[in-house]
Amino acid sequence: MVNIEIDGIPLSVDSSKMIIQAADEAGVDIPRFCYHKKLSVAANCRMCLVEVDGSRKALPACATLVSEGMQIRTQSKIARDAQRAVMEFLLINHPLDCPICDQGGECELQDMSMGYGAGISRFSERKRVVPDKNIGPLIQTDMTRCIHCTRCVRFGQEIAGIKELGATGRGEHMEIGTYVEHSLVSELSGNIIDLCPVGALTSKPFRYKARAWEMTAHPSVAPHDAVGSNIEVHVRRNEVMRVVPRDNEDLNESWISDRDRFSYLGLNHPERCVKPLIKIQGQWQETDWQTALEYAVEGLKSVKAKNGADQIAGLISPTATTEEAYLFQKWLRGLGTDNIDHRLRQQDFADDACDYSLQDWDLSALSRSDAIVMLGCSVRSEQPIIAHRIRQANLRGAAVFDINFVRHELFMPNVHQHAVSAKAMMQMLSGIVKSLLPLAKDIDTSDWLPLLPDRSPTAAEQNVAMQLSNAAESVILLGELLGQHPQGAKFRKLVSLICRLTGAKLVWLPTANSVGHWQAGAIPRPKASESIPLNALSMWQQSCRAYVLFNVEPELDCINPSLAMSSLQHASFVVQINNFVTEQMQSYSDVILPLAAFTETSGTFISINKEWQTFTGAVAAKGDSRPGWKILRVLGNLSRLSDFEYTSSEEVLNTLKTELRIQPHGEQQTYLPEDLLLDKGLTYISEVPSYRCDPLVRRSIALQQTPEMQDLTTVRIHPELAEKLNLQDGQQVLLSQNDQQHALELKLDETIAHDCVYLPATTSVSARLGAGMTSVEIKSAGSLT
Amino acid sequence: MTEMQVTGPAEQLFNEQLRYRLDNWIAKYPVNQTQSALIPCLHLIQDANGGWLSEDLLKALAVYLDLPFISVMEVATFYTMFELSPVGQHKISVCTNISCQLCGSEAIVEHLQQRLGVTLGGTTADGKFTLKEVECLGACCGAPMLLLDKQYYEFLTLEKVDELLEGIK
Repeated sequence: MVNIEIDGIPLSVDSSKMIIQAADEAGVDIPRFCYHKKLSVAANCRMCLVEVDGSRKALPACATLVSEGMQIRTQSKIARDAQRAVMEFLLINHPLDCPICDQGGECELQDMSMGYGAGISRFSERKRVVPDKNIGPLIQTDMTRCIHCTRCVRFGQEIAGIKELGATGRGEHMEIGTYVEHSLVSELSGNIIDLCPVGALTSKPFRYKARAWEMTAHPSVAPHDAVGSNIEVHVRRNEVMRVVPRDNEDLNESWISDRDRFSYLGLNHPERCVKPLIKIQGQWQETDWQTALEYAVEGLKSVKAKNGADQIAGLISPTATTEEAYLFQKWLRGLGTDNIDHRLRQQDFADDACDYSLQDWDLSALSRSDAIVMLGCSVRSEQPIIAHRIRQANLRGAAVFDINFVRHELFMPNVHQHAVSAKAMMQMLSGIVKSLLPLAKDIDTSDWLPLLPDRSPTAAEQNVAMQLSNAAESVILLGELLGQHPQGAKFRKLVSLICRLTGAKLVWLPTANSVGHWQAGAIPRPKASESIPLNALSMWQQSCRAYVLFNVEPELDCINPSLAMSSLQHASFVVQINNFVTEQMQSYSDVILPLAAFTETSGTFISINKEWQTFTGAVAAKGDSRPGWKILRVLGNLSRLSDFEYTSSEEVLNTLKTELRIQPHGEQQTYLPEDLLLDKGLTYISEVPSYRCDPLVRRSIALQQTPEMQDLTTVRIHPELAEKLNLQDGQQVLLSQNDQQHALELKLDETIAHDCVYLPATTSVSARLGAGMTSVEIKSAGSLT
Repeated sequence: MTEMQVTGPAEQLFNEQLRYRLDNWIAKYPVNQTQSALIPCLHLIQDANGGWLSEDLLKALAVYLDLPFISVMEVATFYTMFELSPVGQHKISVCTNISCQLCGSEAIVEHLQQRLGVTLGGTTADGKFTLKEVECLGACCGAPMLLLDKQYYEFLTLEKVDELLEGIK
């Protein structure tokens, strides 16, 4: 610690701090453009010059370390003159186009110019003009306005892990750009919009839409991944105009993913459902809420009377709020069924009674970890903020292993990547256990010994085992694809064993708000009836008589689209509560209730840190749509259930909290698989692309225009597999699954694991297919051309 | 100009001779700091490619040094000694910065333009000379000066310039 004085205020600060950090903490304002607390120091804008006693010239506050006895003046003549001079230089080439600039009103240059600039420009020469660059559908460029602070360049290099923007040319010819025009590929790229202190980089979808002072800011929480990034929803005249991040050091720091930033564009999609709809004698008609709700309750009642309550099944999207999940299960349990689930893509429920909740683990533990193993986890698209945390840990020196069915570019400096088939992954995990067994002195592994293969572990397996056991803190992350696997429980139990042997933490990455859904009880646990409840897969396999779907599009969101659709077609009554209405929905539903989106309702998301984050609605629900908790409450009232008199989502939350206090969840049971064998043949890798994960994201036009979302309907295999099967790049192939054949175009791709057939899920093509992560066959469609 | 491979795995890029010399520079710096070797590598490749750097070559160098392409471009566009389009057999770089300007560089430039029949930045029709204007080359004490390929020529007069060009022809 050293003692310094800033503008006469005595401070005691850590000696590793720069003057600007000490000033920020003390609340003394120093102007800056290039300095950002999360980025490296560049000291190239010179705006933060301050006077330091004993120094001949003004010094940059962002690049000067504090030292004992330092006297700093931010408002003295020397400081003010220096700041004014820098400001004059910065404005030489900056256009005076504030009236047509999107940054106007929230522009750091505009503000600084007001505070530190001169009223009159002495510069009468020509200003330079820099051509704009096209860097994709999300970010608009106006490069003439750029003041070369290089925040965007440093963000790419240091945070996103991929340097796509750079400063080419020299002096007056310096330009920020990609040199060769292309769309940015980072999943965090939108953050450069917030970082840019001027109007050079602005939001493309938000362009010319609203002024900063016309909008009100509403704190909210993003629903698309388990991080629960803190966001601010900006609203003008009851319309969401944009979404920006809100700082939260424990979760999203200063960043949000492009998915969280641009998903709001789906809110006003033409498919948005704004009126309750009922089907009468095969004809859809708009109706009022009372009629629609009564129709729904009557329909379910008659199924219950005819076929029994256990013929009713309910599926809820994990993006729903905790309150919605709680009321959903309470209402359905009130009707007498326990067939309730939110795990739409899970197929193996053998270890259902085991507790995988994230005890004493949070994102700060991830940042501290020395060894991180990802299994079947495409972390950049599933959980972008977690990918950022892993990248930072990797930069710090943590060993990172990515074992997946497809090798995705991670933009991490030092990752051990293995693209393997499910079988090879199981072998690898067994090998890791094998190399750990000699260390297992006081852990009983006798149950497991007969299951493990009789071979010595390979060098790669020993490396993973060594890194995990040597690490002070380590973690194994299970991702979406492994969660989808029909023998997923075998993997999970084997990984639990590795964790027991090494002290690593097992983290099954939650989907969206699924931590909240577990707490709320949106899982098939026997409570309301005696029969064994149906889970998210068996309720399709058993073909129930009635379904209640809460913001689920089964042909896209469920693991087995064709099975789900045929069960729905055979059902006698289907209630759909959704943000949107599609032709598909109308083909199987009997009632469609318009649901308010996350910006239009109050509720709670529980983050991966187990933090209960309650937020309020930012705008009124669109059209006649209503918040989920209100719809479910009235459905409960109309079903004549007791304890359904909620008047606010807060009351719902309090009831849930009281229930959890009385009867906490989390019974720990053990499950030992009988063997570690998997299905034979090729596996259909049904990965969910990053911008297809839920109904709202799928309808954000700008996100759908990104390069990652193109070409989602070709099937990909490794060139060696293609050679073995005598298939060629670009040809038509037949993908056969359960006697069904689908003609598709083939692409050879070295990033796909051997014995795997990769086809993204959640597209119109995958909607015709059966279960993901199961065996498929692939062959040429007719003669080779 | 020799043919060089510019696509494919890093260990097959350029040609063996050039790779040997690039590796020599890379080895002078700590592991994972190939960026330090970027400027000498750009010089080597430019010399091996008839005095200029194509985009394909720069992309190949980015792969070879395991650097982002834009990082290579930042350096290649910053320094005036790197050429991003073809140049003549000999490159004449005349300093027109303050010291040389005060000592008569304008007349030198004018004379060169007349004699070669090109304007600044141009290449003679026979492909022999490229004439360009550069900023200070740090030889103010010998102003006016020019750089012919890699050799400095100082205290220039119009006669000296003629003599110099004769010597090459």
